[in-house]
Amino acid sequence: MCGIAGLIHRGRSSNIGGEITAMLQALKHRGPDSTGYAVYGEGNDDDLVMRLKVAEQEDMGRGRGIHDRIRRRIEAVEGIFVEHGAAVKSRVRATEYALRYVIALDGDPADMAGHIEETEGVEILSLGRGLELVKDLGDAKEVSEAYGLGEFRGTHGIGHTRMATESDVDIRSAHPYWAFPYNDVSVVHNGQITNYWILRREMERRGHRFMSNCDSELLAVYTAHHLASGSTLEDCLRRSIGEIDGVFTYLVATRDSLGMAKDSMAAKPLVLYESDDMIAMASEEVAIRSILPQEIDTWDPYDEEVRVWQA
Amino acid sequence: MAGVTDSEFTGMSQDERARSLGMMSEQLGGRSMFTEFDESAEERFTYPWAPEVDYNRRIELDAGELASTEVNTRIRELMHDGYGTIVIRDPRGKHSLGVGILSRLNLIFEGSLGYFGVGLIDGPNVRINGRVGWSCGENMMSGTVVVEKNAGSTFGAAIRGGDLVCRGSVGSRTGIDMKGGTIIVGGDTGALSGFMMQRGRMIVCGNAGKNLGDSMYDGTIFVGGEIRSLGVDAVPAELTELDQAWLTRKLTCYGLLPVDGVGGFTKIVAGRQLWNYDNLEPSEKKLIL
Repeated sequence: MCGIAGLIHRGRSSNIGGEITAMLQALKHRGPDSTGYAVYGEGNDDDLVMRLKVAEQEDMGRGRGIHDRIRRRIEAVEGIFVEHGAAVKSRVRATEYALRYVIALDGDPADMAGHIEETEGVEILSLGRGLELVKDLGDAKEVSEAYGLGEFRGTHGIGHTRMATESDVDIRSAHPYWAFPYNDVSVVHNGQITNYWILRREMERRGHRFMSNCDSELLAVYTAHHLASGSTLEDCLRRSIGEIDGVFTYLVATRDSLGMAKDSMAAKPLVLYESDDMIAMASEEVAIRSILPQEIDTWDPYDEEVRVWQA
Repeated sequence: MAGVTDSEFTGMSQDERARSLGMMSEQLGGRSMFTEFDESAEERFTYPWAPEVDYNRRIELDAGELASTEVNTRIRELMHDGYGTIVIRDPRGKHSLGVGILSRLNLIFEGSLGYFGVGLIDGPNVRINGRVGWSCGENMMSGTVVVEKNAGSTFGAAIRGGDLVCRGSVGSRTGIDMKGGTIIVGGDTGALSGFMMQRGRMIVCGNAGKNLGDSMYDGTIFVGGEIRSLGVDAVPAELTELDQAWLTRKLTCYGLLPVDGVGGFTKIVAGRQLWNYDNLEPSEKKLIL
């Protein structure tokens, strides 16, 4: 089933981490397997924020050797930073297997990211000037507390509560997905893509990489491909409705915008609230009410509807 | 069929055949098909076990900190205490509120409901001063439900009776599988509204999305605005004077009569080509499907 949520403030920052946490916790019944966030901080043009994992949560219970392997993986990643001339400005280890780096880099982030992902057991969750992508097993409160998202300030974010149906219960298969190597783009999805393998092979032929067998990752790769080809986010979303088969409602966030698309059958839910100050959306109204308990006007977008909002 | 020969069975009426097979044959009557009404009662307007309520006894319930099941349990307790008008404050978009009420009651929600609001009801008059999520009024059998704002998808799915009204716009698949009753939408409705509709009437004052009335078996859809496209086997029909009189009366009841009347409404019915499509030749099926 899965639950998705998105929130964007117009022209101001807010406690976006706490707000998305409240919305996702209200959607816990739609998917208790894992929870993920893509939140956008104020950032700056000088620094890059990289979130990565160096093991799966379930690996931690598989013998003492994992601790040595994690140490070696971190050393390898930091060695690659040096090779590419990246200066580490800060390092935070939210869990033993999840790290957050702020780095200064003059070169091409995509080159360095590709190099890091060649390291066995290492996966970059996000890389960008504003994007911070966090996902782990557990509900929203548990993940938020573990990663310190409760006080995260930013302009917008998207989130996902996952009920695993077609791939494993692990961090790799959890949402959101980062649109590698396109910085600051993330995707959450509710639904099922029926031409996944056809489009995946097409994207792989074009040189894109997939880290999971989750059909939702296709949306991130698809979005990255078309954005990198010069499409606007809105064009990309509209194109997807015709080219992607199945039932879906998905949200895409970039550094300064948030978009949504709904399939031609309108089979997956989304409720929208829009005011002069903010736009909130979620699979169920109860998530929006968790941050806006007062009486408000909401509506369901229709089939094939696409919307994009700027922060 | 013990004791009954084939020739005797062939000569029997349907009722006699059912009895000979040990099956109960019920005469449908009253508001509902259920036989648990007391047939000897002068008027069969309530279930025998329905609580006696007084509409003039009014009480308010704050649902803000209560779970859905707690709210529904409390409604039943209040009905058994004789309250006939119950106001639910601060429902906060919770799911499945007000479901399964099978007797008369004035139920008012001051706020919005989530999924499956007031489903499986048979008798109450409900007003929702807010919005509703997916599947509001699902399997409703009688009574009235009026939603003051918008509604989500599958509004009135499998409704069997009563009036289900949304003053705003609704999502997709409105009245899917509806088997009776009336659905009224003040604004627009989404794709596949009236999908597999079997009976009843739907009125959409605004526009209708694509594939309206797809695979409908029977029933009637009236649309005041534009229709993006008709579904399989949904066809336009003549809007008669009787239709207009009924539309005018029905919409007036809920304050939704357009200022220019209902003369411009489009009437959609089943083409009835799918009813027996299993008997059609493959080439004929292709023509329809």
